[in-house]
Amino acid sequence: MTEPLLKVRGLKIGATIYPPGEKSREIDIVHGVDFDLEPGKVLGLIGESGAGKSTIGLAAMAYGRGGVELTGGEVWVNGRDVLESNMTDKRRLRGAEVTYVSQSAAASFNPAKRIMEQVIEAAVGQGKFSKKDAEARAVALFDKLGLPDPENIGSRYPHQVSGGQLQRCMTALALCPQPDLVVFDEPTTALDVTTQIDVLKAIKDAIRDTGVAALYITHDLAVVAQVADHIMVLQQGAMVEYGTTDQIINNPKEEYTQALVSVRSIKHEEKIPTDKPLLRVEGVTARYSGTNFDVLKDINVEIHPGQTLAVVGESGSGKSTLARVITGLLPPSAGQIIFDERTLTPNLATRPLDDLRELQMIYQMADTAMNPRQTVGTIIGRPLEFYFGLKGKEKQTRIQELLDEIELGTGFQDRYPAELSGGQKQRVCIARALAAKPKLIICDEVTSALDPLVADGILKLLLNLQKVEDVAYLFITHDLATVKAIADSIAVMFRGSVVRYGPKSQVLAPPFDDYTDLLLSSVPEMRLGWLEETIANRKMESAGN
Amino acid sequence: MIRIPIGALIGLFFTGLFFLSAIFAPFIAPYGMAEVVGDVWEAPSDQFLLGTDSIGRDLLSRMIWGGQTTIFIATAATILSFTTGAVLGFFAAVSGGWVDQALSRFIDLIMSIPSLIFALVVLSVMPTTMLTLIVLMGLLDSTRVFRLARAVAVDITVMDYVEAARLRGEKIAWIIFRETLPNALSPLVAEMGLRFIFMVLFVSTLSFLGLGVQPPQADWGGIVKENKEGINYGIQAALYPAYAIAVLCISINLVADWVLSRTTSLKGGRG
Repeated sequence: MTEPLLKVRGLKIGATIYPPGEKSREIDIVHGVDFDLEPGKVLGLIGESGAGKSTIGLAAMAYGRGGVELTGGEVWVNGRDVLESNMTDKRRLRGAEVTYVSQSAAASFNPAKRIMEQVIEAAVGQGKFSKKDAEARAVALFDKLGLPDPENIGSRYPHQVSGGQLQRCMTALALCPQPDLVVFDEPTTALDVTTQIDVLKAIKDAIRDTGVAALYITHDLAVVAQVADHIMVLQQGAMVEYGTTDQIINNPKEEYTQALVSVRSIKHEEKIPTDKPLLRVEGVTARYSGTNFDVLKDINVEIHPGQTLAVVGESGSGKSTLARVITGLLPPSAGQIIFDERTLTPNLATRPLDDLRELQMIYQMADTAMNPRQTVGTIIGRPLEFYFGLKGKEKQTRIQELLDEIELGTGFQDRYPAELSGGQKQRVCIARALAAKPKLIICDEVTSALDPLVADGILKLLLNLQKVEDVAYLFITHDLATVKAIADSIAVMFRGSVVRYGPKSQVLAPPFDDYTDLLLSSVPEMRLGWLEETIANRKMESAGN
Repeated sequence: MIRIPIGALIGLFFTGLFFLSAIFAPFIAPYGMAEVVGDVWEAPSDQFLLGTDSIGRDLLSRMIWGGQTTIFIATAATILSFTTGAVLGFFAAVSGGWVDQALSRFIDLIMSIPSLIFALVVLSVMPTTMLTLIVLMGLLDSTRVFRLARAVAVDITVMDYVEAARLRGEKIAWIIFRETLPNALSPLVAEMGLRFIFMVLFVSTLSFLGLGVQPPQADWGGIVKENKEGINYGIQAALYPAYAIAVLCISINLVADWVLSRTTSLKGGRG
């Protein structure tokens, strides 16, 4: 057996936290993790947010982000314990032997410098290559990663290339100094599915061709299954299960891993459309003021009472704009919106209170959707007070009823949003929407910021509430797995138009138009070899992002 | 039990001392405000702790009475400038569009005139009363508060919770006072300490130039003006008000810093 490139023994990582109103204290983020990584192999680190995966990834570079401290254990890279080495040695390690690819390339590149300058910085700065050789290497890597015009793309600025291209540039940056190990920290999470598949393929090929070893950090088991040789499942800073990719995916031993593998197994019976739709969007065209480009082009969709219409598409396809038009935040330039057999006025300010009440909205980021200075009781209580004039005891009782309905129970009324977990926050937002007794709730990417298991809980809650309250949903999402789980009808949007619309069973059944086919096939599936198969069978190239 | 850092304690102590002596001036000042009790520029003695001024009034009494005037004017003007500036700034940010443009450009226009010059022009035509001083200083300074309040509020009004409030049909007053204000408070409180100090300096400047508080009424700027000739003869009288202003400045800012760090670490507070 070859000597492992990276050997981690009993790694302990701690941080100091400052809880409000209490003394600061030390907590352990990672409690004793062991693993080996052999040269040229890929290890997937998977877990929910807060599982410590990124922290472990950075520990391979002997780095603790923010107030994080590496408190114990050993990290051996190429036969040296890097935690014990001094600053000069650590500096030699980083960017030469171990490199890093972060989640948001857009936030990590310096916008004022050209891409090439940044890609070769580490390789030249570490003295591994001359400037000329490094540039030649970078061009070769650009080519290998499938970037258009590899000769010249380096002379562009970061804002002049798309998100997916920039993410590949960052991969080139990490590979340029010819490292032994690359840490990929959620490199495709911020990308659209159709872009993700290309970047994933590029990364996988680059890893294979350069023979570099990699730590691949992600929360998406289906993605990691495509690239990793081994997978380590983490939960709250401890290892749950370690095994080959095949074993983890097809034969998970631990209960937690089984839950991760079988996530999104919600079954939902499609409902038959009624003859009286609740909301009709008729020929809506819209553009933002000061632009000469229609973001929405002649949209026609219907939502039936107590049913769910899912609007699917990539970022920039106009899904959220449709929501803004329906709510009246953006008056359309043509077309009309008929809600409950009355025509809604185009502008929010002129709508009667009842129209506002019956049409509620839930946002993607529950963090910013709640005023951080208001308690949960105030947040949920305000619509009750505002629309129904409830006061005092009556209001309290109703708030508690709503909290019970979203499965939170007692003891939450006096808490502030910062004292809730991500899933709890989203539940409070749902309660706020429900408080208004709406007929339609617009859900804008409500689960995309949540961990898979938490998101699953939210979807189940929404489906239950639909049964109890008979409320309709307009569900905006880019995630087709979610759509399959909850929709009754589906509208697929592409560049501002609806390209496919109908009941779920029809939309998801062949024959497909080219775009729907691309979108459906790009959703990672939890099996080995899916990536290669899909790339080979594609009918339409993705936008080249 | 809240633990107060030592810096804030010092700040609180001196701020408290200044404000208490201002409030209780009639009881603690040994002599009347304009009472001539001794010779010109007498040295400090048991009878006159800080000596006497250019016409033989007790300097300690003048300092206490003067502190009352200065602190009162500065406080009133700060409150006025914050109320006007913050409400207008939030209103501009929440309304957006042409309302925002009109208000902001008008404020720019006023700010383009140096405020001291502006004040001198106005004071040379208006009767110099305490009310005029407060209103003038408050309104001139509210332009700065407007800028800050608007900048902070613009960031807040794009948050989803403000959009949610709009979608609910809330009136503009609710959005300003319930959604925006609590989240904008910390930077405003910090600014308030700073602006109060500028007010103290501003009113002292005006009095020094002879356009502020009119004699025989005492204020710190006026005391400097009356005694400035004494410096040539080695008389300290003109320096005491300067010390007082410096100590007040520092202590108020120590308190403001502490308030700022406390409010930002509140549950879920914005930075």
